[in-house]
Amino acid sequence: MLILTAIGALGGLTLILATMLVLAHRWLHVEEDPRIDAVEEMLPAANCGACGYPGCRPFAEALVTGKANPGRCTVSSPEDREEIADFLGVVVAQQEKVVARLACAGGTNVAPRRAAYAGIDSCRAAATVAGGGKSCFWGCLGLADCADVCDFDAIHMNANGLPVVDEDACTACNDCVEVCPKDLFELHPVSHRLWVACKSQQEGDEVLEQCEVACTACGRCAADGPGLITMHNGLPVIDYSRRHDTQVPIQRCPTGAIVWLTDSGPQKGPAAKRIVRKGALHNAPT
Amino acid sequence: MSTLSKTLQLRTSPHILSGYAVDSIMFNVVLALLPATLFGMYVFGLAGTLTIVVATLSCVLSEHLICVSQKRRSTIGDWSAAVTGLLYGLTLPPSLPLWMVAFGGFVCIGLGKAIFGGLGSNPFNPALVGRAILQAAFPVPMTTWMPAFAENRFSWLPPSTLAWPFTEPVYDGFTSATPLSLQKFDQVATDAGQLALGMVSGSTGETSAILLLLGGVYLVARNMMNWRIPVSIFVVVFAFSGLLHLADAGAYPSPLFMLVSGGLVLGAVFMATDMVSAPMTGTGCLLYGALIGAIVVVIRVWGGMPEGVAYAILLGNAVAPHIDRYVRPTVYGTGRRRGAAT
Amino acid sequence: MLTVHTQSFAHGVHPEELKEQTVGLPVARLPFVDRYVLPLSQHAGAPSEPVVQVGDQVQRGDVLARPGGFVSTTLHSPVTGRVRALAPRKHPNGQMVAAFEIEADPFATQQLPRREPLDWAAMELDAFVEQVQRAGLVGLGGAAFPTHVKYRLPEGRRCEHLVINGCECEPYLTCDHRLMLERPAAVIRGIEIVSRLLGADHSTIGVELNKPDAIDALRAACHGRTDITVTGLAVKYPQGAEKMLIKALFDREVPAGKLPLDLGMIVNNVQTMAGIADYFDDGKPLIERMITVAGPGIERPANLVVPIGTSVRAVLEYCGLRAETRQVVMGGPMMGQALASLDAPVLKGTSGLLAFTEAAIHHDVEYACVRCGNCLEACSNLLNPQKLARLARGGRLDELEQACVNDCMECGACTYACPSGVPIVHLIRTAKATLRRRKGSR
Repeated sequence: MLILTAIGALGGLTLILATMLVLAHRWLHVEEDPRIDAVEEMLPAANCGACGYPGCRPFAEALVTGKANPGRCTVSSPEDREEIADFLGVVVAQQEKVVARLACAGGTNVAPRRAAYAGIDSCRAAATVAGGGKSCFWGCLGLADCADVCDFDAIHMNANGLPVVDEDACTACNDCVEVCPKDLFELHPVSHRLWVACKSQQEGDEVLEQCEVACTACGRCAADGPGLITMHNGLPVIDYSRRHDTQVPIQRCPTGAIVWLTDSGPQKGPAAKRIVRKGALHNAPT
Repeated sequence: MSTLSKTLQLRTSPHILSGYAVDSIMFNVVLALLPATLFGMYVFGLAGTLTIVVATLSCVLSEHLICVSQKRRSTIGDWSAAVTGLLYGLTLPPSLPLWMVAFGGFVCIGLGKAIFGGLGSNPFNPALVGRAILQAAFPVPMTTWMPAFAENRFSWLPPSTLAWPFTEPVYDGFTSATPLSLQKFDQVATDAGQLALGMVSGSTGETSAILLLLGGVYLVARNMMNWRIPVSIFVVVFAFSGLLHLADAGAYPSPLFMLVSGGLVLGAVFMATDMVSAPMTGTGCLLYGALIGAIVVVIRVWGGMPEGVAYAILLGNAVAPHIDRYVRPTVYGTGRRRGAAT
Repeated sequence: MLTVHTQSFAHGVHPEELKEQTVGLPVARLPFVDRYVLPLSQHAGAPSEPVVQVGDQVQRGDVLARPGGFVSTTLHSPVTGRVRALAPRKHPNGQMVAAFEIEADPFATQQLPRREPLDWAAMELDAFVEQVQRAGLVGLGGAAFPTHVKYRLPEGRRCEHLVINGCECEPYLTCDHRLMLERPAAVIRGIEIVSRLLGADHSTIGVELNKPDAIDALRAACHGRTDITVTGLAVKYPQGAEKMLIKALFDREVPAGKLPLDLGMIVNNVQTMAGIADYFDDGKPLIERMITVAGPGIERPANLVVPIGTSVRAVLEYCGLRAETRQVVMGGPMMGQALASLDAPVLKGTSGLLAFTEAAIHHDVEYACVRCGNCLEACSNLLNPQKLARLARGGRLDELEQACVNDCMECGACTYACPSGVPIVHLIRTAKATLRRRKGSR
């Protein structure tokens, strides 16, 4: 008798719980396209936001509903993107590789520090203390917030305290752009080879006391590249919607603030002053 | 034009600080404990001295080794390991085998502090964590006590202290009962005056309540300790046990006895006030002290152990973050809106 | 020592006063130098717009730039001389900003041209506000907020109570104290003018009890008047903060995110009041101000009247700058800003210049937060600085806003009290800057 009671009790309990599960499945079920899960599996799960969506799951949802194209995921390899495109039956939109570029060449060998900052080891923190102590207010502070925030290990600080972007590893996720307190990073397609590596809005030769490779707003590049380059706020502004694959504007630049980016690094024009000092110059006289 | 010999420094405000730092606070705690420690060493002689020395050294050494193994700068310079070691040593029976003392020291720092992230991250008082683990691991040696003022205490070491590691110590009749266990198990009372002065058996730190209180007063005067915690503990212990004593004087000990016996003074003044494991708000500290006081009385009167301070404080530590969360001051200008603690 | 009648606000800290060096020194006038740099933006709000050109001759007190909007004010020349340049110059905060450079005429007497006193009693409120803007007055306690903006009462609002800040709670600074001792009549006169034109029922001057001679001097100056009270307040930092002053004097709290005017009060500094009296009675706009120069790096500490635009270097060298100075702070030690360059000018909002030697600078030994609760005991806004620092370190900006980080006035009391050396104010400041950038980019 006892065994029958036991079986009955447990069986009854099982029945109740199973019924609850069935009902829950019926009433609480959320309709979802099963392809979303499949696409999400194919994405790199970096949740970096480079695609413009707040994570891989929302991006997967956008892909499945057709709102986004697999080409937007700059972290995936081209093969992965093809795989997703095949799965969804779309074509990968051709997107030129976009990378982060630093608009400053003022390393410690050319741009001295006016005062020695001491405090939290972060550019954002240093920027709140009289601008960070660098002679040039607009220049890179060299405390590596960008290198720390890069999830893809694409930014490393060089010997002169400037961040160098590894363009192969860069996925244009925008983290470095957001974190830099001096707004020195910009996202550009790799084909933008003409580049202004300075953000100093000061004009005139006094600028050179603060940084030897700064832009003095002399205007020669704008004169040599009419229509392509205009001077604004003491800096040349390149209109990339026009033809910009010309090295003419860099030829007469006296400091090398406007450069031509090659695969082996920035190339300055022949008129640019040669920088011989290799060692770091730390402090300007007070 | 250069008139300065060096470049200007840039720091953010404020440019002056109050000047008293963590290491100086810890050092002062050691100073405050010294009178009671020295007296305890006098009461228990060589055994007591060795216990405390080994306890302190094992804690400091453990912290140093753990830092080195993690390739970090050694943090023993902030004196917190020394404080932990000293407090831990003061809660131990003087005749405890030294290998157990050393093992407990490693447990204090390793399981009580380092595993949580070091100074500032431990939710429990590390000294008590070590003691509690030892109590569970070695119940008999941890409840075997030496008599106070033994004749030959400065020249003779009880054999139990020198027991080889992993062997059971041998106690050949050289034991004594503490006032608390006498009261609980044998209903024998001890004079409160004797207890306050420290003329009785117990752990090295349980002895002189007066010297411990003096140390506490010193720390409060130097603004290095929150007075609310020990005061609320004492008040609640006195009130609670007082009520019980009034109800039935025969069954329950007097509140004065409760205050000065066992490790209450040591625990209330030095253990419960450990900044890291105690609440941060003033009102929170009062509640925390009240809770600990209540639990101490409950364990001593109705619990299986004669002494409950260590467990009461550990329970208080566990509840401290929750106390902080519910005791929130109202942010200026926000009226009823809550916004602050934890 | 707290006596029964002294009122106060919650929490706060008690830094060493460090005022012995200068409290007994009468205010002296800094000799005129040959160059003055006047940034167009020395106040909160829009920069001023130039009205003179390079090469123009200007008299002391002439208008150099007019207000660039309502929340902006006038800029005047502190010396008789020539406008040498209008170009980017270094601002104390490190930026290059547009500034006038005036070359003083070495043969001019630098006397202020005489002007008839203004008939302020007959003025309407709008005309009064405009005159205060013409005077170029800003909050001289350090905030540099254009004073006339506070006086423009919105529709239906009344100023019932004028509160005057004579606390000077920052260590080292003694210029307000000396002002109250040497020119109490000017302070009272300024209060009289402002309170009459705003229609305030009563005025209260709050002075910390460590300045009993100033309290006596002010009381003597308003002897017989029933509309002005001088109240002694407990010596605590940050007593001089607007919100804490109101709490201590009236036991009322300014609602979060709102202004004292919502309680019917307006708060001004004593130097601003003296500035009002000077302008309305003598026609002297804001062209110079009192500052304290002190600190271990100064050989001859002093309270000085300094023309706006004098370079910090000139002021410090006048007082003897020690070669081993390693940090120069503009303002008080609790909230002042370190200077990157001594060539920055003294601005309208500069209340002091402090020079610290190596030994006087605290060093960065930082321990982990030990949850001691000192910061909670220090914060007069009753925030949880430990939590704010922890969230700021972790970059948790949304939680920071919920934890009322925008109510933090960065007074520095928490960091002062921290035994672990956690840079709480710096973390909060950096997080607020990141929050502002994020909001700005959205």
